[in-house]
Amino acid sequence: MYFNSLAAALQMDGHGAFVWSAYFITIGVVAMMVYAPRRREQRFLRQLEGQIRRSEGGNPPGASKEV
Amino acid sequence: MWTLFHKFGSPPWLYRLSGSILRWLLPITLLALVGGAVWGVLFTAPDFRQGNSYRIIYIHVPAAVVALAGYYVMAIAGAVSLIWRMKMADIAMRACAPIGAALTFVALVTGSIWGKPTWGTWWVWDARITSMLILLFLYLGVVALYEAYENKALAAKACAILSLVGTVNIPIIYKSVDWWYSLHQPASIKFTGGSTIDPSMLYPLLFMITAFYCLFTCALLLNMRVEILQREQRTAWVRALANKGAAG
Repeated sequence: MYFNSLAAALQMDGHGAFVWSAYFITIGVVAMMVYAPRRREQRFLRQLEGQIRRSEGGNPPGASKEV
Repeated sequence: MWTLFHKFGSPPWLYRLSGSILRWLLPITLLALVGGAVWGVLFTAPDFRQGNSYRIIYIHVPAAVVALAGYYVMAIAGAVSLIWRMKMADIAMRACAPIGAALTFVALVTGSIWGKPTWGTWWVWDARITSMLILLFLYLGVVALYEAYENKALAAKACAILSLVGTVNIPIIYKSVDWWYSLHQPASIKFTGGSTIDPSMLYPLLFMITAFYCLFTCALLLNMRVEILQREQRTAWVRALANKGAAG
């Protein structure tokens, strides 16, 4: 490691606030890029499942086959 | 070749393929991003002139490079959608826009943060930075344009035209530091002639650029999966998927 201590790595000779804030913002954006579509996909499938159930007259999926 | 082209046009096939690709590509990408960032931030020497602030390069440059490359992907997908009316190309074009916007935003914000200790200012209206801001507006424009139309076929056509017209901005961004006087430094990595960056800094940078390309691919596939499901919601395979309650 280039830095001798954790404090030196955090401070980076006065540039730490700039460097770390840039990295934290990027982490936030990357997390959103990965998390948001996955959440949208799961939410959509749940909504569609609910729609199918309602259209089948409130019966759970597969129930109509048994009638 | 044509079979593959035909297969790419099949939503269920692409949905399943993307699922199996993401299962291994996404964890590898996230690990590579963390590894590359740690390598660049903690294990390289500071820059001779800029000191430690230069370490922002490991996110700023990859984000900017991939944001530009992403625009080509969006424009090509737009052209394919316009010419061959291929549904998957339309979906890919639409999926590219928010990812490109996010990456351009990262490039602009990290560049601004880097600018303060290096140039003494957060922002200057010079050619490179302004043309990158236009790129952000182009990406956001495609997102907004699609939402503005009730008729989605018409929306796709308008977005494709906007993305094709916007390609004129890409060479301007590339050459802006050569064509105009700019605070922004010229390219350090050159395909022809020697790069002006030390190998100890170049390797982690190339590693991070690769990791950002993988991130773009993952985000593109993730966004395309949602689009595919929404457009195919009346088909039997999507309804079966919803019934199973499966999300993977």
